[in-house]
Amino acid sequence: MQHARTEIASAVQPIIERWKGEEGPLLPILNGIQRELGHVPRDSIPVIAEALNLTRAEVYGVVSFYHDYRDKPAGRHVLKLCRAEACQSMGGDAVAEKLQKLLGIAFHETSVDGAVTLEPVYCLGLCACAPSAMLDGEVIGRLDDAKAEEIAAEVRA
Amino acid sequence: MTLKIYIPRDSGALALGAEKVARAVGAEIAGRDIDATVVRNGSRGLYWLEPMVEVETPAGRVAYGPVTADDVAGLFDAGLAEGGDHALCLGDPEAIPFLAKQTRLTFARCGITDPVSLADYEAHGGLGGLRNALAKTPLEIIEEVTESGLRGRGGAGFPTGIKWKTVHDTAGPQKYIVCNADEGDSGTFSDRMIMEGDPFVLVEGMTIAGVATGATKGYIYLRSEYPNAHRILNEAIDAARQAGILGKSVLGSQYAFDMEVRVGAGAYVCGEETALLDSLEGKRGQVRAKPPLPAHEGLFGRPTVINNVISLASVPIILDKGGAYYRDFGMGRSRGTIPIQITGNVKHGGLFEAAFGMTLGEIVDEIGGGTATGRPVRAVQVGGPLGAYFPRDLFDTPFDYEAFAAKDGLIGHAGIVVFDDTVDMLKQARFAMEFCAVESCGKCTPCRVGSTRGVEVLDRLRKGVAPEAQIEIVTDLCNTMKFGSLCALGGFTPYPVMSALTHFPEDFRPAPVREAAE
Repeated sequence: MQHARTEIASAVQPIIERWKGEEGPLLPILNGIQRELGHVPRDSIPVIAEALNLTRAEVYGVVSFYHDYRDKPAGRHVLKLCRAEACQSMGGDAVAEKLQKLLGIAFHETSVDGAVTLEPVYCLGLCACAPSAMLDGEVIGRLDDAKAEEIAAEVRA
Repeated sequence: MTLKIYIPRDSGALALGAEKVARAVGAEIAGRDIDATVVRNGSRGLYWLEPMVEVETPAGRVAYGPVTADDVAGLFDAGLAEGGDHALCLGDPEAIPFLAKQTRLTFARCGITDPVSLADYEAHGGLGGLRNALAKTPLEIIEEVTESGLRGRGGAGFPTGIKWKTVHDTAGPQKYIVCNADEGDSGTFSDRMIMEGDPFVLVEGMTIAGVATGATKGYIYLRSEYPNAHRILNEAIDAARQAGILGKSVLGSQYAFDMEVRVGAGAYVCGEETALLDSLEGKRGQVRAKPPLPAHEGLFGRPTVINNVISLASVPIILDKGGAYYRDFGMGRSRGTIPIQITGNVKHGGLFEAAFGMTLGEIVDEIGGGTATGRPVRAVQVGGPLGAYFPRDLFDTPFDYEAFAAKDGLIGHAGIVVFDDTVDMLKQARFAMEFCAVESCGKCTPCRVGSTRGVEVLDRLRKGVAPEAQIEIVTDLCNTMKFGSLCALGGFTPYPVMSALTHFPEDFRPAPVREAAE
């Protein structure tokens, strides 16, 4: 445990140093940590709090407020599926059902083999080519059953 | 001369396979030994034709679309390099009715230029506004913006010139320009399109705002769902800094201005300006009570202009051609143009920039071409998840801030989501409440608690439990949320709910109760 904590501190420290002197550094730091580690570990919170002269509660309050921050690592792939109105109008709910079945997980879950995490997202700005998704940062439009099957195969490969 | 082939790097085009198309085109150019270069432009906004590939011929541009990677070899066989004919050939893109009918002021360059080439930007009229601005006094710049009648395109429609004047008149050791690029409304993507397709126009607009108000630092608060826009904005800002547009001396003037992009972390409410400011400061994105106005006490308590992307991107043309030129488009108190985003279940989805005043029916039926599924249009939601659902009966409403308000709706960020006759309006009303519950910042009770109670009431209605009583409760609840919430999230969630209930009452009175028989 002590070891893990040291490891986290050494991963987090350079990110803190990069942003510490800037205005409003907390979100850039948390974004940096999540990008680096795939999540914001609980043990990073005291390190950030001390560096920014905040309380742990304040930092935790921010981490828990935003949907993006995870407290545990995601799967090897992250699939974000748009759940908003434009995608609903083009059968997004049916595609969401299909993908949950294909992947064997519900929203906010990671598959047992650690292959994929499924997350809801409210709008990717692809509303004229709905339904849409984002797989590991790459955008996908006009989702249908065939594309859902391709995605399921890709994340399992 | 080297042939130019344009393939968009816009997210919408990428989502439809533009990257594969670009690779295939690159391979054909190399394989056939053609003297050609691929330019990664923005999108023209005709998404049913994306990926749309354009070739520059002596007779002008020729477009092809929608192109898949598998089509590419065949296109070259058909003489794409010379603008040759092919089943996918669309001819002159600007003659396509969807584009020909538009009035492109803010989006004049979008889809035409290389978004990160400053030379291209200037060759197409860029920087004219900033140069004119630098020849004026700050108050003259603000006068021009006020004269144009430009109102905040984020949704609130507040006059931009008045906001700038307030910041100009407020003393402070540091002032800020904050660009609200937290475009979270479903059915909208105009901010994304301009940031990906013509980022310099935003850089120019923010710089003009800085010069006019005395702000020297700008932030673009960008939502995390737009990583592609983030890359392109950063490339553009770097280029602008190297060219001396940003920095200690804006184009050699006495004004300093610099800017950076800050990325959010997934919170719809951060599109509300005061929540956005708190988020930029590194806090939970909670709404602030007003007053004080951000113009007086904004980011870090300093005087701050906070404007939407499209508002700021509309400033360069106003300073380039004059406030009167811009004001002469539009109707009533809605002046200039508005980039309407036609989305959802629609045949011709995309971005349509036009002067205010077209009717909703013209936009949906004529420009949009009806539904993608071919079924009748039943409802359209205008203005994002907090916008009202309009039935066909209201299709004569002109696209204008006041006209929509008069019909208990709103233009918002000008997104239109089209639904066919399979839509279940009770489900849509429930979703509006659910979305509000998920995204509420939690600061005020009507929004935080009201949204959850709203979901419960609509669930009881679905089950057929005393439907008349539930309708009465939800109506009363909406009234409380509308007048008791701190910001538009709780305050406007009643719009989709009540419009669904008012215009589609049949969906709220489901078939006779099953439970009674059980």
